[in-house]
Amino acid sequence: MDMTTQGIQIAQPFVPAKPNAAKVVARSVNVHYGEKHALKDVSVDVPDQAVMAFIGPSGCGKSTFLRCINRMNDTIPICRVTGKIEIDGKDIYDPALDVVQLRARVGMVFQKPNPFPKSIYENVAYGPRIHGLAKNKTDLDEIVTTSLEKAGLLKEVKDRLNDSGTSLSGGQQQRLCIARAIAVSPDIILMDEPCSALDPIATARIEELIDELRSNFCIIIVTHSMQQAARVSQRTAFFHLGILVEEGETEAIFTNPREERTRDYITGRFG
Amino acid sequence: MTDTSMQTTATPIRRRLDTTSPEAQAAVRRRYRAEARFKAYGLLAILTAAVFLVVLLVDIVSKAMPAFTTTALQLDVAVPGDLVPPDQKYNPAAIRSADYLPVMREALRTAIPGVQGRGPERTLLRLLSPGAPDILRERLAADPSLIGTTFKVPLLLSATADLYFKGAGTPIIARAGRGSATPSGTSGTITVTAPGNDFSENLVTLKLAVAERARTLAAEAERTARGNAPNAAERANELRAEAAALAARAKDPASAEALDSSLPTLLAEINGGLVKISQLAANRIEGDVLLRLATADEAKPGDWRIVTYATPESGRKITDLEVAFLERFKAKGHVESGINWRFFTSGDSREPELAGIRGAVVGTALTLFVTLILCVPIGVAAAIYLEEFAPKNRFTDIIEVNINNLAAVPSIVFGLLGLAMFLNFFGLPRSAPLVGGLVLALLVLPTIIIASRAALKAVPPSIKEAALGVGASHQQAIFHHVLPLAMPGIMTGTIIGMAHALGETAPLLMIGMVAFIVDVPTSITDAATVLPVQIFLWSDLPELAFKAKTAAAIVVLLVFLFIMNGMAIWLRKRFERRW
Repeated sequence: MDMTTQGIQIAQPFVPAKPNAAKVVARSVNVHYGEKHALKDVSVDVPDQAVMAFIGPSGCGKSTFLRCINRMNDTIPICRVTGKIEIDGKDIYDPALDVVQLRARVGMVFQKPNPFPKSIYENVAYGPRIHGLAKNKTDLDEIVTTSLEKAGLLKEVKDRLNDSGTSLSGGQQQRLCIARAIAVSPDIILMDEPCSALDPIATARIEELIDELRSNFCIIIVTHSMQQAARVSQRTAFFHLGILVEEGETEAIFTNPREERTRDYITGRFG
Repeated sequence: MTDTSMQTTATPIRRRLDTTSPEAQAAVRRRYRAEARFKAYGLLAILTAAVFLVVLLVDIVSKAMPAFTTTALQLDVAVPGDLVPPDQKYNPAAIRSADYLPVMREALRTAIPGVQGRGPERTLLRLLSPGAPDILRERLAADPSLIGTTFKVPLLLSATADLYFKGAGTPIIARAGRGSATPSGTSGTITVTAPGNDFSENLVTLKLAVAERARTLAAEAERTARGNAPNAAERANELRAEAAALAARAKDPASAEALDSSLPTLLAEINGGLVKISQLAANRIEGDVLLRLATADEAKPGDWRIVTYATPESGRKITDLEVAFLERFKAKGHVESGINWRFFTSGDSREPELAGIRGAVVGTALTLFVTLILCVPIGVAAAIYLEEFAPKNRFTDIIEVNINNLAAVPSIVFGLLGLAMFLNFFGLPRSAPLVGGLVLALLVLPTIIIASRAALKAVPPSIKEAALGVGASHQQAIFHHVLPLAMPGIMTGTIIGMAHALGETAPLLMIGMVAFIVDVPTSITDAATVLPVQIFLWSDLPELAFKAKTAAAIVVLLVFLFIMNGMAIWLRKRFERRW
């Protein structure tokens, strides 16, 4: 992996994105919360145009790692990140890099649906507006419509775009959050247990949606549900006690894990 | 194996609640009793508070009611053609500055004819307020063609007269004469003879009072005799003699009795006039004419009356002559009561009937305006910075602790600070809303900062995270999402803080807002006073009429407070969002 050299970095935009090419490259990432060493020496490659699942018991560091990728951990004063994370070969912890621009490229969907207490339209339009993605109202309308369409929500809400986003059901709210994330056309979408607050039917819809979005985005999903990881992801990484235990093709992880701990976790012996 | 071990265990490992046992049922009953007891305590507390509140409100409002009405005399006023020089006839300033005293005196004379002598005339004129000609003056200035004509105009009564009609006078009892009565004259000191012994009842009452006084004197004499003052025996003998004389007088039904101001006033209303009785016998009285009699003819039975002012003259603020005048005005239908608009439209005054709260209200508005302009931007900006942007270190910790401490500093300390800083150091004008506003801003800032921080903290972090997640900067996340959601809380805190400032008196006393200011302030550097200070000032004044004014000003202050708190509740309900 010699993608950090200057030449390749510049050359990269001209190379057509290959399926399964590494989008995010993490090397020796360590995270400390004050005294607590939350993530120990994690190195992983995340492929583009695919879904990668992070699994593991609670407190294993999978969410922490996810939040390193869009530097959401910056908002926690006691959190310290070392090591290197690159997106498209560019170090995202470079002091010269603007974190706001980074977050525009790396969208995030949270565990609990958290639409803004504004209208459905405003929820989706907010991101494009602050980034100046729309030239005029028609343009913005189109972005909102397309995003809602892609998130599979347009049919349900097209007559009530001015209703409050919080008036939707839980599953609809979560799809609204996905629409909001994809409205700014990010490269990567981070999903932190997006279905943990939803019922099985809403979960199934979100999973379908993730599968559809895979062709356009690099998706990283943190989940507690092994079935969900197996259903939606192409690659899976298993975290335990802050260590990346095993990473590989989802099928391989679930059918033939190399590590004893992975096998125990998947078969439900702990966690 | 297991079975035997179970049987051998003396006590079961897991205790199970036996719901049917008497102990368990007693415990349940005990719990119910405790809950019922607690509920009763709570209810009692609420009821006590409610009773206090109701008593307070009823008391204040009932005391304030008289201040909201005013009494005036509707009199025919003849405005002389030479009120102002002919060339000034259309000059409103000249009309306003003309001398209205003769005009009013003439109007009063016409209304009650026969008032003679400087004393009674002055008494009559004193029934009117110094502000009585105001309406007349304005009407003439607006329409100079009225000069030289006679028309009806309300003349404001003085506070004493006003209070008389609001019940601070005396009960009046009147009884028609059974026999005939003949006055000896129409004015001055006259006698009235009533052969039918019409005055006997009054005389009996009077004799009883004399007997009572004799007994009191006798008792006092005995007390003095027992005492060990140097001339106790002498003094006791004097008193005994006096008591004996009084007792003798009380026993003799034929002797006449003199009336004084410590006894209820007796009057004879006869031939359209009024005689204040000074000497009373069963069939004959002697007295001074208060209102001139039309004739000295004999009055037939039933045509004349004996009138009693039940409260003795020394026990009320208003003299018999004044009562007689006012009753005459009332009988002629001149007295008219109306809403006291002046209370809302004029500034303070030494005359209770002219004093109003406009100056204080405007002063309060200006002061609160200055406070608001300073407090809201500074307070909210400080709260946002401390809550969202400030690094968490020892320095910000100290600031935080100090803000919390400042909220508990006695308000008078802020007044001293304002005196030392704004007045002495910066040399700002004394008694001005500007300085008052500055001081109140200092006082209210901690409250607003604490409330704003609490409101910002109450916004769920998920909203901020969502904004950050779509690529909003920290500042954008705060200003686009967190602040709007915190706004109802911030506004509520601000209004509560302002309501606190509205009721604040002590710091304003320190910066001189306690002065007597008649003019309504027009700018933030004019001398002004504020509502609570006005209440404080009025409550200190000896005039009876200011009692009602004080209560009325309190009512106005309370109304403002209710409006502000109501607004806070409304804003909270209106902008409350759920997420």
